[in-house]
Amino acid sequence: EYGVTAALNQTVDSIFRKSLTDLVRGIRNNKKNESTYINKCLQEIKEELKLANNDVKISAVQKLSYLHMLGYDMTWAAFNVLEVMSCSKFTAKRIGYLAAAQSFHEGIDITMLTTNLIRKDITGPNLFDSSLALNCLANMCTPDLARELAVDIVAMLNSSRPYIRKRAVLMLYKVFLKFPDALRPAFPRLKEKLEDADPTVVTAAANVICELARKNPKNYLPLAPLLFKILTTSNNNWMLIKIIKLFGTLAPLDKRLTRKLVDPLTNIINSTSAMSLLYECIQTCTVGLSSVTSVIRLCTTKLRSFVEDPDQNLKYLGLIALHNIMLNHPKAVMEHRDLIIRCLDDEDITIRLRALNLLTGMVNKRNLIELIQKLTDKLETAEGIFRDELIEKIISISSQNSYQYVSDFEWYISVLIDLTRIPVNKHGKQISWQLMDVAVRVKITRAFLARQMILLLKDTRLYSDNRSNVNEVLYSAAFIVGEYSQYLDDIYEAIDALLQPRITSLPVNVQIVFVQSVLKLFSFAVSGTVIGEVDEDHLIERVSQEQLLEIMLRLKDGLKSLIQSDHTEVQERACFISELLILVENSNFSDLNNELGYLFTDVLNPVAKDAQRRVPIPEGLDLDAQINEIVESEEEEFENGDTNFLSFGYEETQNTSKFIEEETQKVRISRKQQKQGPYYLPDDSKLNTDELPPVEQITAEMLDLKGNDRLWAKRPTASIPKRREKIHVIKTEEMPDDALTEDIKEIIEKDSLSKIDLTAPLRDDEILPTAKPYGITDPKKDKMTEKKKKSSRNRKSRNENDKDRREKRSNKSRNDNNRPRKSRDDLKRNGESIEKSISSNKNN
Amino acid sequence: MIKAVLIINNHGKPRLIKFYELIDVEKQQQVVRECFNSVSKRSDRNCNFLEGGGFWSKETKLIYRHYATLYFIFCVDSSESELGILDLIQVFVESLDKTFENVCELDLIFNMDKIHFVLDEIVMGGLVLETNINEINEALTNQNKLEKNEDPLSGLKDVLNRVQR
Repeated sequence: EYGVTAALNQTVDSIFRKSLTDLVRGIRNNKKNESTYINKCLQEIKEELKLANNDVKISAVQKLSYLHMLGYDMTWAAFNVLEVMSCSKFTAKRIGYLAAAQSFHEGIDITMLTTNLIRKDITGPNLFDSSLALNCLANMCTPDLARELAVDIVAMLNSSRPYIRKRAVLMLYKVFLKFPDALRPAFPRLKEKLEDADPTVVTAAANVICELARKNPKNYLPLAPLLFKILTTSNNNWMLIKIIKLFGTLAPLDKRLTRKLVDPLTNIINSTSAMSLLYECIQTCTVGLSSVTSVIRLCTTKLRSFVEDPDQNLKYLGLIALHNIMLNHPKAVMEHRDLIIRCLDDEDITIRLRALNLLTGMVNKRNLIELIQKLTDKLETAEGIFRDELIEKIISISSQNSYQYVSDFEWYISVLIDLTRIPVNKHGKQISWQLMDVAVRVKITRAFLARQMILLLKDTRLYSDNRSNVNEVLYSAAFIVGEYSQYLDDIYEAIDALLQPRITSLPVNVQIVFVQSVLKLFSFAVSGTVIGEVDEDHLIERVSQEQLLEIMLRLKDGLKSLIQSDHTEVQERACFISELLILVENSNFSDLNNELGYLFTDVLNPVAKDAQRRVPIPEGLDLDAQINEIVESEEEEFENGDTNFLSFGYEETQNTSKFIEEETQKVRISRKQQKQGPYYLPDDSKLNTDELPPVEQITAEMLDLKGNDRLWAKRPTASIPKRREKIHVIKTEEMPDDALTEDIKEIIEKDSLSKIDLTAPLRDDEILPTAKPYGITDPKKDKMTEKKKKSSRNRKSRNENDKDRREKRSNKSRNDNNRPRKSRDDLKRNGESIEKSISSNKNN
Repeated sequence: MIKAVLIINNHGKPRLIKFYELIDVEKQQQVVRECFNSVSKRSDRNCNFLEGGGFWSKETKLIYRHYATLYFIFCVDSSESELGILDLIQVFVESLDKTFENVCELDLIFNMDKIHFVLDEIVMGGLVLETNINEINEALTNQNKLEKNEDPLSGLKDVLNRVQR
């Protein structure tokens, strides 16, 4: 096929057929109708792939590779890619393997068919075929391929060429990822590579172990002495970087290791001129040697020069490293505060964001207000991502550790309210939750907050800005006004604010809170009952009869439009209140007064974020068990009806009533189960709900609610008293009874590779899977075929013999019954029988 | 680990995309667009690092270098040394320079597969394989020799290719 004439013919052909170059040029010349042109080319490629000519196929696959980069899928041509990969020409293999790396994956069936080809190429004599195959496999390895080829890859760890060895080492990592069971048997061989003669192979081994150590570091602690030797003797920067990173993961596990590392790392920090190496040393010291203060001080000094360097990259890295140090040693970083604040003005947004991040850890009670002031000043000129980050940071800095650093809540609340005035604000929800959080956790702020929220409710800006979600703040504002209504000056003002006509333009979830808050206000007004816990300083004035009538009038007015709202929940609540109003009107006031008040006397405490997930599943509850058995009983009913026609009618009614009874029984059981199930948050009241009759029959006496016969007194003060002693913040959060100690989500996420324990010794059955030959073996025949193979082997190249020796070495540890070992005597004895078999074969 | 290597020109056209994670073809194009958008906004005076967003997780960094009309972007996770990768990009570009003799964007446009072959000498399966420019160039030269030897008309083809360009 490769005579010159044939080649010439092909070239002539290929001039008219599109090569990759033609394709690319064609696409560039057809910019306006690019996709039509490409689709035409795809059609041509499909035709080309149907031809038997290999060169045409190769060119077609090459073009497909290119089109893949433009977003055109080529998985439909997988078989052709396989064909090109299988060609013996190196050019073809290069193109085929590239296409495979781009498009093959677990979901494609053809991938399995590559196993033997890849095995052949990896273990074969051609250096570059081998590297091509290893490279391709690294990109598209599947669990099946990993399992099948593990033993071959491990064999290549002993190749005579470092070019192959380092590729085999890196490939091992992919094998471990897809087939974790290979880790334990293969690890001793990987460990050997740390002592390989070639430094790039050692670096590759360190690289793989570094990646593995991220999942389960204690497995690799025993390697520390070996790694230490490399650390102190090598001068290859890449290798040192990997080893130092590895030590960063290992050092926190062992104090002795930490102590041993101090000297070599300090040496490197003081002597190296390579910034990359210096940086990695500092990072490792931060993570692993954070208890050694002298080292940390050295690091912060060096990092200061990073941040002061005009090179933006060094500045950025300096800020990152300082942040890591700050997590353990905030004071060490404090002294560089001014430098970091200067970075807030840098023109590079990445640096500004990092500086901002760093500031979070540099606050204390004294400097919080000043710092937040600086940040709010910057808000005026900031835009985009930086502005969003600023807002988020202002909130998170102030609220960290349950408001540990806030001494003046009045100031903080006014900061939050100022934040709502920023145009195009996407932080409505956050600010909203902050306000609610402060109100619920910090009791002394409630009076101040309630009044401020009235002002917020009347702020026109919050209703009209459509580009932001700042109207979410009204959610909390309404809630606070309702929940803590005992602190309000003027109930009329509150009701008017809560029932203004423009609330119908708000999102539904916010409207609902408004309506509910109106109810709370009303119940408070009617009963004079205090919502929640009573604070000695803040007592309430009872509302007079005339005032009450006036309130009810305003309520009726305001609710008129809400009763006709399009949203069901709003409508429902509004109707409920209206009916309640009618009831109060028509009845004797004193009866209803107290009862209305009881609606809202329970305290609302903060609930933990993961409380839901931590609800333990009670023993004996099988979530997957069938609850209903409707289908079966239906069949039963049908069968019974079938057999007896005469009494059909009678039996049917009997069955249906029995059916209904069974059903209600089942529903009752399932409801009971539901109550005990994981999705039901029990309350901590003294009620035992199982013993209660159905809802309609429950009377108020049975519920044993806290009564409240408090006296009335003066209005609370307008501002929050500034107290010297610590302000009490409610930190305890509600959790379900018997909450699980660990979050379920975290338990599930540990993958199988990280679960493997390398410290246990290797068992006999833990070997890499090998392909076993098929068929029944005849020991005599086997011996003969072995001899034939041996003689033919001598004719092949030296490389092949290397491979055989390697195979034999790797086979030593395994009992291989199919290939019995022969001694010289055996061969002599078999000499005659071989000749006999040769002649008998000839006769056949 | 390196998650992806992208070469994108100043107008957002990809010249090389190599993902070391399994991502489907459409998503790949989306990621390319996202990376280009983030990177092209930055001035040359800014640092060469961007933190992940959009498709990438927060721990992923985009380490990039801008050469004339091309952005070379490496998307890496926290196990890679940032300054080391910057150096590696330089090695990659130098290697391309040697392969194509004073490489320009046009070379990359018409020889996409060859760029892959160069990259494959430096990064394998997302892990750094070789950092020494001489080793890389030597291996590439040998492989290219192999290709030339297989093709009896390679000389003629070279001329034809140059003429067509």
